Amino acid sequence: MPSLPPIRPEDEAVAEKVRLHGAFDAPAELPHDPARTEYLLRLGDDALILGQRLSEWCGHAPSVEVDLSLANLSLDLIGQATLFLGEAGDADQLAFKRDVLDFRNCWLVEQPNGDFARTMVRHLLFSTWQHLLYQRLSASTDPAIAGIAAKGAKEIAYHRELAAEWVVRLGDGTEESRARTLDGLGWCWRFVPELFEVDEQLADAIARGIAADPREIEPEWRSSIGAVLGEATLEVPADTRPILGGRRGHHSEHLGHLLAIMQYLPRTYPDANW
Amino acid sequence: MYTTELGKQPNVKPIGPAEDPALLEAFEARVAADEFIEPKDWMPEAYRRTLVRQISQHAHSEIVGMLPEGNWITRAPSLRRKQILLAKVQDEAGHGLYLYCAAETLGTSREEMIEALHSGKAKYSTIFNYPTLTWADIAAIGWLVDGAAIMNQVPLQRTSYGPYARAMVRVCKEESFHQRQGYEAMTELANGTAAQKRMAQDAFNRWWWPSLMMFGPPDENSPNTAQSMRWRIKRDTNDELRQKFVDITVPQAEYLGLTVPDSALKWNDDKGGYDFGEVDWDEFYAVVRGEGPVARERMTARREAWEQGAWVREAAAAHEAKRRKRAAA
Repeated sequence: MPSLPPIRPEDEAVAEKVRLHGAFDAPAELPHDPARTEYLLRLGDDALILGQRLSEWCGHAPSVEVDLSLANLSLDLIGQATLFLGEAGDADQLAFKRDVLDFRNCWLVEQPNGDFARTMVRHLLFSTWQHLLYQRLSASTDPAIAGIAAKGAKEIAYHRELAAEWVVRLGDGTEESRARTLDGLGWCWRFVPELFEVDEQLADAIARGIAADPREIEPEWRSSIGAVLGEATLEVPADTRPILGGRRGHHSEHLGHLLAIMQYLPRTYPDANW
Repeated sequence: MYTTELGKQPNVKPIGPAEDPALLEAFEARVAADEFIEPKDWMPEAYRRTLVRQISQHAHSEIVGMLPEGNWITRAPSLRRKQILLAKVQDEAGHGLYLYCAAETLGTSREEMIEALHSGKAKYSTIFNYPTLTWADIAAIGWLVDGAAIMNQVPLQRTSYGPYARAMVRVCKEESFHQRQGYEAMTELANGTAAQKRMAQDAFNRWWWPSLMMFGPPDENSPNTAQSMRWRIKRDTNDELRQKFVDITVPQAEYLGLTVPDSALKWNDDKGGYDFGEVDWDEFYAVVRGEGPVARERMTARREAWEQGAWVREAAAAHEAKRRKRAAA
């Protein structure tokens, strides 16, 4: 998969123009603080899309115990998404009535579950990042973000632990589980740089103390992931060229399919309450 | 989610010479005095077998029962509904787990029980072999299927086998939330747009009769009821529970403006309950035999999850063995 070209201002202008002409559902009421809203959408969409992905496992996990754990992770994430999106506007409108160009999640969370090894690798990479980020965010100058992050950090501490335990078990388990874990790592590692990307929107929110700077958590993230992979007897993969774009609405092909399923009812019956 | 006795043949074999009449008499007296029987206590073999079958059927029903509702988790129409549904299906997994544990106290391993499910030897509730076609099916399952489950399970909190009774206490608390959320979702649909009302009535039409079947065959055709009642494994007959369910549910349907799909339904003043039409028992037995519309899909999904998860379970065991070996070195 070649990396995407950087997003140019004129691309954004085109996207904006198309949006105004109604090709996509306009997001609910444009907020008065775009940098804050943008940041809330990034946090909320990451949680929502990963929560949706994990919920696909329900009833199909390798054991009843794993089924219970995956449902817990998914419930926590959907809960966090509800709170962040609720701060950005009407959470349900935002979840069910935006199209891909308006989603702000990173590529990692929208990746298909693959096998259990890929799901756990994805979760290790993401929850370690999310946990470090939420810990910082609990000191955000924005009280709502600080509150949601402080509550979320407690939940994510468990996600991080669970994912690390599984990656260790699978990496240092059988030949097959090791091969599958390596494969999952290869799949997911391409999307790591995006986690630490700071674009203009984010830089503005960081400057105002609303957002945490992901670059500051990168060394700790790398050492933590390195330690887990070491225990799993796996090498840390080499970094590849960044694949970026999710934060500005340019996603993998997978997100559209995920949304088609997730949004089907509110889209089909736009006047209905549920 | 629920259990019922699905066997047509009497399963109580004559007590063999190995069973000491004095022990048997003492056991019967304890049960008659409503004492709990615990795993280490002496019990007749037929009691043990009946319980293993009933509890494992119940556990399998919880696990297979995750599938019809799981079918709508990714498509739940709001964040709140998605969280509720996911939490509910997760509860079913939890119920399955405590029930497998309760059955294991009787000396049968979880692997053996799962093997029996996958080979088709063990049964699970017929209700899960019907498809969930629209969102209203999720509402209908919560309201009707969990409603019937509660009615079956509340008496089991006083069942004679201790671990089963205690599992039921916890299960019943959660089931009552399940039923309430289903009725609430159905209320929203029944008061919603024309399309939602249509969905609601259609789901009600499809789930009503299978829900009545959940109480099991009519009493005259339920060979094990008498023995199970004497042993306090069961506390009410199938027909008593079915009647109670109809009497409670019909006014709930009327309140929602839904029509019960039974032209024979009529209030009977003398008995203080409803008269209702005959359940299609041929269909019930066909579904018990595995001929339900999505029986094959359900079993395939369970087998696939189990087989595709084999390498994960093997890896966990291999890692644990390595870890122990290192710790011992």
